[in-house]
Amino acid sequence: MAEYTLQTPLTDEAMARLKAGDVVKLTGTIYTARDAAHKRLIDLLDNAEPLPFELKGSVIYYVGPSPAPPGRPIGSAGPTTSYRMDTYAPRLHSLGCKASVGKGKRSDAVKQALKDHTAVYFGATGGAGALLSKCITAATVIAFDELGPEAIRELTVVDFPLLVINDSHGGELYVQPDRKAAGLE
Amino acid sequence: MRTLNATHVIDTVAKMCIDSNRYLPSDVRQRFAECAAREESPAAKEVFRQLTENYELAEETGLPLCQDTGLAVFFVEMGEDLRVEGMNIREAINEGVRKGYADGFLRKSACDPLTRANTKDNTPAIIHFDIVPGDRLKIAFMAKGGGSENMSRVTMLSPAQGWAGIKKFVIERVAEAGPNPCPPTVVGIGVGGTFDYAPILAKKALLRKLDDVNPDPKLAAMEDELLEALNRLGIGPMGLGGKTTCLGVKIAMSPCHIASLPLAVNIQCHSSRHQEVEI
Repeated sequence: MAEYTLQTPLTDEAMARLKAGDVVKLTGTIYTARDAAHKRLIDLLDNAEPLPFELKGSVIYYVGPSPAPPGRPIGSAGPTTSYRMDTYAPRLHSLGCKASVGKGKRSDAVKQALKDHTAVYFGATGGAGALLSKCITAATVIAFDELGPEAIRELTVVDFPLLVINDSHGGELYVQPDRKAAGLE
Repeated sequence: MRTLNATHVIDTVAKMCIDSNRYLPSDVRQRFAECAAREESPAAKEVFRQLTENYELAEETGLPLCQDTGLAVFFVEMGEDLRVEGMNIREAINEGVRKGYADGFLRKSACDPLTRANTKDNTPAIIHFDIVPGDRLKIAFMAKGGGSENMSRVTMLSPAQGWAGIKKFVIERVAEAGPNPCPPTVVGIGVGGTFDYAPILAKKALLRKLDDVNPDPKLAAMEDELLEALNRLGIGPMGLGGKTTCLGVKIAMSPCHIASLPLAVNIQCHSSRHQEVEI
């Protein structure tokens, strides 16, 4: 398992190198979007309207941060469960999105999209929102302000700690539960 | 008859919301340390290291432990010789939630199920009332995150399935949930009652301390047996593999209909945030 330092925007070459289990420190600009924002993004695409950020080379972080207290750019900001974005992710990858950041399992369709479009799925530690907040140095709402925690934010991140969960070659880091050892089979 | 001013309830609830989201309970911290020491895989150890640093940082900075500061769930025991004046008790608790979630910079996660429009103040809280003897007010609060709640299930087993059926359903549920609910989890199990009561039992079981022992020795043995089986799944912290899939199993049981065996599995993430206050 290798360690990489990556800078946004992400390239196909950088993504192709990554293997499940690799540790990545990410620096640059990433965009937050979760359930409601994804629905809006897809509606924009359906209506051939421009998106609030450039998808090519982008990283989408599945997060709904807590409000920023005075003197901080953002509140607690750890990943939300990713499968709820599975319906939308393949289309975003097909348009150039290079990575998503979340926690939990992805669908077969998403894993196929990662292979087809040389993209990866990163995991961040769920429930470590205060810790991850430290790596976010700026946050600005750029779309759908009315969605509150679900608005799309542009984040500046420095050495954001990630693990490659699903790579662009079909590799996966999550272990299969040992049903037999637990007495199920 | 004792009288309690509603402002006292509001302030108490607001403080509970803020503190619970900021300070991880000591029994959970202790369990992290014990489980981390048993882990052999570097990935599992690293997750525990991050979670430990996270609760230290939350305490130091005042940031919530997790951005998902939950729906506000309450179990309230109200003495029959107590009267809350100035406001209806349900109103007062909701007002406390409004205050706590605003003042503590906590995320407002309550929304309309279909339009998904946020209620903007994290109300309504989910409140379970019980009337008890005496003149005290006991309020238990839990900040219940959505990721683990989504992995919870209720089912109506056939009585013939018994303990074996219960075990199979719980293990299968935790296996299927995998990394999604932020393992290592706490698993609350409600057995019996009715279709609606089993999940309440399960949720209430999650209020128990991780290091307590079920006063019913039979249930205590069942909890131990299930915890061991669940940890043999090997899902591990954040699904990366390891010996700690669950931090604890808590079972609550109640008589049920002769035709039924209701079962509820309520999954709680590792950030098991809850608190109890008596006024």
